[in-house]
Amino acid sequence: MELINLTIDNKAVKVENGTTILKAASKVGIKIPTLCYLGLDDLGVENKPGGCRICVVEVEGRRNLAPACATNCAEGMIVKSNSMRVLNARKTVLELILSDHPSDCLVCAKNGNCDLQSMAQDMGVREIHYQGEQSHYKEDFSPSIIREMDKCIMCRRCETMCNDFQTVGALSGVHRGFQAVVAPAFEQDLVKSPCTFCGQCVAVCPTGALTEVDHTNQVIRALANPRKKVIVQTAPAVRAALGESFGEEPGTLVTGKMVTALRQLGFDYVFDTDFAADLTIMEEGTELLDRLTRHLNGEENVALPILTSCCPAWVNFFEHYFPEMRDIPSTARSPQQMFGSIAKTYFADMIETKREDLVVVSIMPCLAKKYECQRDEFSVDGNPDVDYSISTRELAALIKQANIDFDSLEDSDFDQPMGESSGAGVIFGTTGGVIEAASRTAYELFTKKKHERISFEELRGFDGIRQATLDFDGLPIKIGIAHGLGNARKLLESIQDGSCEFHAIEIMACPGGCIGGGGQPLHHGKSSILLARQKAIYAEDSAKPIRKSHENKYIQELYDKFLGKPMSEKAHHLLHTHYFDRSGSDIVIKKD
Amino acid sequence: MSRIKVELHENQVIALKDICKSFENNPHELINVLHKTQEMFGYLPAEIQEIIAIEMNVSVAKVYGVVTFYSFFTMVPRGEHPISICMGTACYVRGADNVLDEFKKELKVEVGETTSDGKFSLNCLRCVGACGLAPVVLVGDKTYGRVSPEGVKEILAEYLS
Repeated sequence: MELINLTIDNKAVKVENGTTILKAASKVGIKIPTLCYLGLDDLGVENKPGGCRICVVEVEGRRNLAPACATNCAEGMIVKSNSMRVLNARKTVLELILSDHPSDCLVCAKNGNCDLQSMAQDMGVREIHYQGEQSHYKEDFSPSIIREMDKCIMCRRCETMCNDFQTVGALSGVHRGFQAVVAPAFEQDLVKSPCTFCGQCVAVCPTGALTEVDHTNQVIRALANPRKKVIVQTAPAVRAALGESFGEEPGTLVTGKMVTALRQLGFDYVFDTDFAADLTIMEEGTELLDRLTRHLNGEENVALPILTSCCPAWVNFFEHYFPEMRDIPSTARSPQQMFGSIAKTYFADMIETKREDLVVVSIMPCLAKKYECQRDEFSVDGNPDVDYSISTRELAALIKQANIDFDSLEDSDFDQPMGESSGAGVIFGTTGGVIEAASRTAYELFTKKKHERISFEELRGFDGIRQATLDFDGLPIKIGIAHGLGNARKLLESIQDGSCEFHAIEIMACPGGCIGGGGQPLHHGKSSILLARQKAIYAEDSAKPIRKSHENKYIQELYDKFLGKPMSEKAHHLLHTHYFDRSGSDIVIKKD
Repeated sequence: MSRIKVELHENQVIALKDICKSFENNPHELINVLHKTQEMFGYLPAEIQEIIAIEMNVSVAKVYGVVTFYSFFTMVPRGEHPISICMGTACYVRGADNVLDEFKKELKVEVGETTSDGKFSLNCLRCVGACGLAPVVLVGDKTYGRVSPEGVKEILAEYLS
C-alpha cells in the first residue's frame, strides 16, 4: 500500500493513499468538527455527502476551502484545520445552517443530546448574523417515529442508514435548493412508506428532526392510578446501555440499579423480558426441532430454513419485501409480546387482577417495539397485551424526572415469577445471541445429551453476515446470521436463488442487534460503543447460574401449571402469531 | 405534493417496462428512463414512478427524489402548449418577472400548473442561452424575444385560434 506524507497543523502524518484529511487528522489527535459526516467503521457505514461544510480546512495552494471528510490526502499536502480563514468560514456556515433552524432548543426532544446544539456551543456562536426565510413542513407522526422536518439540516445520515445499510428505501432527499428535504415518496407519511420503524434514522439524526414517539407521560399516568397494577419488563440490551445516560462508560452493566430505579418509580412488579426470551426459545426451539425432524424423516414441503421472528423491524421488512417467504419465519411471537400475553393471563390470574386493570410497560432498546405492541393481533377485545413500550432513552428521562440519583442506587433483583432468566435469555440482545440461545436448548433436546461447553462461540461476532455449522451429535446443522436489514436481504436472496442452504437463520434489524437499537442512548457515530455493549451482554450471560432456557425453573413451572407443553394448543393461542403480505401497492391497472 | 390517482392501462405498463428494459433496468440510467417515459406519457404520475421503481430496483422515494430535483420532470400533465419563462439573470433584470405575472393573470394559473382546458401550462426555467433577446419566453419549441407584459396577450392569441 502506497504511503503518503502530509502535514496537518504543522504535525507530520503518514497515511495510506485514499485516506481522507478527516481521518488523517484524527490519527494525530486533531478532531476536525463534523456535522453531516457519519462513519461507523466496524459496520462499513459511511455518510460523507460533503454537504454541511463544517469540516472545511485550508489546503496550501488550493483556492477554496476543502471539506476534510470528502477530500483525500495527497503527497506533500499542507493542511491547516484551525486558521482564521477556516474558523471564520466554519462559523459562517454554522450560522447559515442555524438561520434556517427553529431556536426552540429548550423544549426540543434532543435538548442536550443534539449534535447541532453542541456544535454551536463548541464554536462559540453567540449571535446569528443572518436572517431569512425558514422552511416549514407538516409534522409526521407514526406509531414509533416523529418527523419534524423544520429541524432537518440535510445531513442525509438517515438516508444512508435507511437506503444503504437497511435497504428499506423509505427516505430520500427530494426537491432542490431551499425546498430540499428528506422525505418518503410523494412526501407521504412514514406509515404509508415501507418504513420498518427500526429507528436507525433516529439513532443517527444529529438534530431533533427525527425522534421517537414519547410514551413516558402515559406511563407516569398509569403509575399514578391507584386502580391499576403496573408491571414492567426490561429487554436484555437495555441493561448494557442505560448507564451511558448517567455518565457510565459504555459497556457498564447496570441491571441491579435499573431494577431498583424501576421499583422506586412505583412499578408494582419489576420483571424481565429475558424470562420471555427463555419462553421464546422453548417455542421457537421446539418449532425448529419439529421442522427439522419432519425434514429428516423425508417429509416434503417442510419450511426450512426457519427464521427468527423476535425482531419487529425484521418482521415488518419481510412482510413488505419478502411476503412470499412469510411461511418460513418462526411463528413464535417476540419476547416482548410473549411476556405481555402471559402477564395478562397467567400472571393476572395469579395476582387476581382483571386484564383491564393490569398495565404492562416494556423498556426496549427499540422503536419498532412501539409499533409491534400496537398491532391488532396482539390485543384482546381492544386491550393490548403490552400497553406501552418505552425506549432506553425514555427510561433514562423518567428516572431523571423522578429525582432518582441513579449512581447512588443499590442493586436489587427482579421479582418472580417472570423475572428469572437464564444466560440464554440475556444474549438475545446481541447479534448471534438468539440463535446461540436456541442452539443451547435445541442441541440438548435433539441429542438428549448435555452440551458441556454451554456456549457456541462460533456463532458470535460482529460481521454483518456470518455462518457456522454446528455438530448435533453427528448431524451438521447449518446456521446463518445477519444483522442490519441490508445484510438480511442478501442472505434471503441467497436462499431464494439457492446459492446458500441453512437450517436456521437469525436476523436482527439493527447494527450489532438490539444493543444498537434505535431506542438506545445515542452512539454519535462511535461503533466502539456497540462493541462494548456486546461484551457486557456476554459477561452477564457468563455470570448467570442457569444458562439454558429449558433449565429455567420458572419456565418449567409455567408449562406445568398453565401452558402444558411447547406448541400446545394454549401455547399456540398465546405465544404464536401469523404474518401479512404488506407489499401491496394501490396502483390500478386496467385490462385492455 | 398531493397524489394524483391515475389508472394505467395494461399496454401502458408494458410500454413502461419496455423503456426500462431498453436501459437494461440499470439503476444508473434512471434519469434517462424518466426522460423517455415523460416523452411517451407527457408527465410522471406517482403510479408510473412506482412501476419504474420496481422495474429499476430502486426505491420509490429515490425515483420521486429525482423527479422533484429536475425541473424538467413534471408530475402534472403539461398543457398542449407548454409556456416557459426564462428567469436567468439577463432576462430577470430586463423584467421577466413582470412578464411572468402577466401570464399568470391571463391564464389564471400559478407556476407549475396547467389551465383547466389543458391548453397551456406555465413554468420557469434558467437561461436558454439567448440573453441578447432578454426577456425570453418559450411556447413549445418556439422562442419569443424581447417580450413585454403588453405582448403577452398577442403571444397567447396565436394559440387560441
